[in-house]
Amino acid sequence: MAVMRPAGDYDRSYQEDKSYIRKPWQWVVLIASIGVVATCPYWGTPYIITTVNRIGYTIIAVQGLNILTGYTGQISLGQAAFMLVGGYVSTLVVTHLGLSMFLALPIAAVGAGIVGLIFGLPSLRVKGFYLAMATLAAQFIIPWLTKHAFPEFLGGTEGRIATPVPQIGSFLFNEPARFIYITLGVLIVTTFIAANITRTRLGRAFIAIRDNDLAAELLGVNLFGYKLRAFFIAAMYAGLAGALKAHYQRAIGTEFGYSLTESIVLLGMLVVGGLGTNIGPFLGTTFIIVMQDVSNVVGSSFAGIMPPEMTARLLTSFRPIFFGLILMFFLIFEPRGLAHRWQLFKAAWRLRPFSH
Amino acid sequence: MNWVLVPQAIITGVLNGSVIGLIALGVILIYKSSEIFNFSQGHLVMLGAFVTWWFAGANEDGNEILNFPLGLAVLAAFLVALLIGFLIERIALRPMSGQPLLSIILMTLGLAQLIEGLVSIFFGIQPKSNFPAPIARTESFKIPFAFAFQGNIFIKKLLVIAFLVAVFGMIVITIFVKFSRVGLSMRATAEDHELARSIGINVPRVFGISWAIAGIVATAGGVLLAMLTGASLSLSTVVLVAFPAILLGGLESLPGAIVGGIAVGLAQELVSTAKLIQIRNSSEIAPYVLLLIVLLIRPEGLFGQKRIERI
Repeated sequence: MAVMRPAGDYDRSYQEDKSYIRKPWQWVVLIASIGVVATCPYWGTPYIITTVNRIGYTIIAVQGLNILTGYTGQISLGQAAFMLVGGYVSTLVVTHLGLSMFLALPIAAVGAGIVGLIFGLPSLRVKGFYLAMATLAAQFIIPWLTKHAFPEFLGGTEGRIATPVPQIGSFLFNEPARFIYITLGVLIVTTFIAANITRTRLGRAFIAIRDNDLAAELLGVNLFGYKLRAFFIAAMYAGLAGALKAHYQRAIGTEFGYSLTESIVLLGMLVVGGLGTNIGPFLGTTFIIVMQDVSNVVGSSFAGIMPPEMTARLLTSFRPIFFGLILMFFLIFEPRGLAHRWQLFKAAWRLRPFSH
Repeated sequence: MNWVLVPQAIITGVLNGSVIGLIALGVILIYKSSEIFNFSQGHLVMLGAFVTWWFAGANEDGNEILNFPLGLAVLAAFLVALLIGFLIERIALRPMSGQPLLSIILMTLGLAQLIEGLVSIFFGIQPKSNFPAPIARTESFKIPFAFAFQGNIFIKKLLVIAFLVAVFGMIVITIFVKFSRVGLSMRATAEDHELARSIGINVPRVFGISWAIAGIVATAGGVLLAMLTGASLSLSTVVLVAFPAILLGGLESLPGAIVGGIAVGLAQELVSTAKLIQIRNSSEIAPYVLLLIVLLIRPEGLFGQKRIERI
């Protein structure tokens, strides 16, 4: 792995070279952070518990986008639509086939992945914003289909159906405080897979395509095949995230946050966190979701001091303003995202008190 | 297909499509000079409509600040759009020169979110159905035509006005780009940035001008659409069908935008004449299906140039 490491920090065995977690302190941080999340139903307020859930399933969608956009360099404006597919597949499988939600999750992932493959087909011939357009088409066509096709299954023009509560035996995951364990478990698995994809043959091919597709093709990377694989994996992640979101919200439908704006927000989270890094989706998603809540607080406190006819517009408009400003700020001043800032911070700390 | 509805659909589609083509022109102008694909064009359209509405003094709570007649309000909105275009280029896009494509696309997307938020703060989130129009929305021409539904074709007068204005705008822009000095420098910049710079063209200024023109074009499109349907936040989504029009016509061709716009307008209207209700309902996604087909068969569009990539 081509991770920049300071002089003197070298590996003594292949085991060490392969290991992801190299230092004792990293184990401590990992276990402590999992522990904090896992115990938060016991110490957290309801707000913290719901926010942790939201952050959890959103991270999964952003991780998928990271593989497609961050590592393979293909722009997707349709991630939220693939989430919608996953949510519907999981809901239908649980409702009509009577399977457990834990079996439905992988089915939802594969279902969304296949839909992602279909919309990845134009990547054979086009790239750049042409591809962005193709995924934009997905973002419009998929929600339309869920509203108009098979109204007896998908809820028709009203566009929403109830999603059953997941359960093991008689234990119901019916509260955010219980659902957190499902989110956390899936998140650990997806993180493990994402981290390992990026350092295998598959991930190296993705990175080669991103850095120079012509050179990659000359080196023997099958461009089309690998681009489609990237689309498949990204849509699978989106499907998982969507299924989790649907079971968490206990309903699935176009109006529950699967719009074009949501797709853009997912891309924004990725950029704020850092494209092509494994830590990026965690940092970016947490940052943006917390900022969204901050913007709501700011909006409502403004609404308190302004005349009452302004209230409605203040409550809804701060979120896009905050998001737009943060995204623009990061693109201009820190295009490599919070992950890069974290690296700089670590480097500065290591050399303390000597800055050079 | 319900054949009796087709003549009506063709005429409405062409008239609607001309407005889409006008909006698409703005995107192409920016793309031609600076190779930035402006995803925030839809939001500029919405902004233009709201600014005009505000200048025209049709405030919903009755406390009118300004009360311009429509023509003056449009001119004032053009001025605002010009300034906003320059500002956007200077503040948001100029620092991005040399950045990868993804960052630039995301910058315009972030801009779109920002505009949406600002519009809803300043003008409120309710749709404004009282957008001033020169004549009533219901007035229409009645043309006898034997093969049409009940022997008549109805054409809204406002739609005809919108069509004429859009065609006029396209002609003005084409003449401007072809013959004026600024237009010439825009074309030179589009051809080669470094070469343009070496013969003394101020390239950043050309970018600024093309953004300003795009802002004005967007405002014009916004006013035309708002006359027909009223100004609302959803205008930005409605206008997204300009993107299929652009790709259909070819990214770098001004006449292509018009043809693409009309094709998209026709597709939307013709689909809604279908007998099957499922197909009839799909008129909102018809442009995107068309887009996917174009991307798969002829990615460079009808009038675009095939790019030969040099290494």
